[in-house]
Amino acid sequence: MGRLVWSEIVKTFLKKRTYLGFLIVLLVIPIVEWAFKVEGGRFLRAATRNLAADFLVLGNLFNGWFVSYQVMNVLWIHVPLLITFVAGDMLAGEATAGTYRLILIRPVSRTRILVAKYMTTVLYVVLFVAFLGVVSVGLAIVLLGTGDLLIFSRGILVLPEADVAWRFILAYILAVAPMMTIASIAFFTSSFVENAIGPIVATMGIVIVLTIITVLPVEAFNTSRTYLFTYHLIVWQKAFLDPIPWSEIVLSLTNLAVYSCAAVTGTWFVFTRKDILS
Amino acid sequence: MAAEVILSTRDLGKRYKARWAVRHVNLEVRRGDIFGFLGPNGAGKSTSIRMILSLVRPTEGEITIFGHSLRSHRGLALRRVGGIVEKPDFYLYLSAIRNLELVGALTGGVTPSRIGEVLHMVGLGERGRDTVKTYSHGMKQRLGIAQALLSDPDLVVLDEPTNGLDPQGMKEVRELIRTLAKDHQKTIILSSHLLHEVEQVANRMAVISNGELVVQGGVEELLHGTETVVSFRASPKRSFLAVCKKARGFVEKVVEQDGAFRVTMNAGYVPELLRRLVNARVEVTSVEPRRSLEEFFLSITESAQVR
Repeated sequence: MGRLVWSEIVKTFLKKRTYLGFLIVLLVIPIVEWAFKVEGGRFLRAATRNLAADFLVLGNLFNGWFVSYQVMNVLWIHVPLLITFVAGDMLAGEATAGTYRLILIRPVSRTRILVAKYMTTVLYVVLFVAFLGVVSVGLAIVLLGTGDLLIFSRGILVLPEADVAWRFILAYILAVAPMMTIASIAFFTSSFVENAIGPIVATMGIVIVLTIITVLPVEAFNTSRTYLFTYHLIVWQKAFLDPIPWSEIVLSLTNLAVYSCAAVTGTWFVFTRKDILS
Repeated sequence: MAAEVILSTRDLGKRYKARWAVRHVNLEVRRGDIFGFLGPNGAGKSTSIRMILSLVRPTEGEITIFGHSLRSHRGLALRRVGGIVEKPDFYLYLSAIRNLELVGALTGGVTPSRIGEVLHMVGLGERGRDTVKTYSHGMKQRLGIAQALLSDPDLVVLDEPTNGLDPQGMKEVRELIRTLAKDHQKTIILSSHLLHEVEQVANRMAVISNGELVVQGGVEELLHGTETVVSFRASPKRSFLAVCKKARGFVEKVVEQDGAFRVTMNAGYVPELLRRLVNARVEVTSVEPRRSLEEFFLSITESAQVR
């Protein structure tokens, strides 16, 4: 199995498109964080203006942690698209290139090839999320320093500086789960088609439609929306609550795991029965 | 004694919706064969090859390779098989060596020296480190053969390996096929739509047309049998037919077609018939021997092209 995974890692990480997401992160994060620095906390002052009458705000709340948290909120909508660039290409890329004919005539089962490809997808997602975290948090701290973290969620929460770093680490670890679910769906759609654009469009279509259902203030969706994976895409935000709602996190991770398993099982069903005609 | 059968198909069939692409194909490939699998484009050759190499699931029938059922023991059946299916496609952004390393990782036991060996065998020894996107079609075709040979398989399946090659390239590939069979004791299935290609290198052959197997046997037996069709252009017609009628001892049948006479006869008596025609003052403007299988193959090829 090790040989197969190595072979998939070589194929994936020697391909230029794999680095497209990394490149976009390297371009966008510095621009966004530089803009925050230039803007100089006007955003934070506007948000806390109403609090000034009741609270005495001391210390530097407009710091690297605060900006990293805002960046995470803003970018997390777009990160799935970057994930699908690679996950959607895992199977469809072989069909497009005609290389199914090269690999599927070997005495190794399609199931093992699929597992190797999925493990490589997991590796990519973990590396990408870690890269995003390191660039986003690292650069923000370099530009704006550290301090307490002000959170606007279920009221106002100020997390002391000493309590912030591990929460960011936890948040990025939790963020891998929804990204893996999206990667699994892209993997599934990738097993049907013979070009890499299809899985990207199909996956993003599914994410957009379900996100609309998730956020629409319609009572009829109140019960059903909690079962949608899009409801749990922001599970990472729970790392910044106090106390941390572990039972809610477990529930979200379970939901995401069920979707991921269903997508991978579906991929296996399609891929192991697929006639290679390209 | 006949050699061991290492690949056989029994009632192999593949249906796409209502259309059968291949049906009732019973092939038998023996150890040491260069087995020509012949048929016009669209006859079902590639579908059959894809089923043999497990790219396509048969709708019906059974494939047995080295005594193992492909359906129930795929890994064992394909362990000693290498192949190339239609056009050779690779990871274009990687070098030939890297491509072969990836293929080798799927089978295991492929050393760097073996990669060098197969590249050298197909004449790509000096270009192994170049990315495949810089290769010509002919070079990719050679690399395709190299990957088929990588794990030193006993059975090599080559689907149209000379497609797109220039005449020199075709000659070299055919020479390589002969060398593989003779010097390396490989059994080879050569799928082709070119009769002369199969005739040049194969010892056994099968012909497929419209998805069904038409004939199978030794090339010598099928192509060089005593019964030959000779096409004559001659006049006057009456004298020509009179001479043929008197030569009933070795002339079996005469059919007039497209201004020529197609005479089915024993090939060894062509000079004798010519001598008699000259003596009878028949003016012969052309004599074109055509073996019965070639006639047959041309007829199915032409009908396929017309369709």
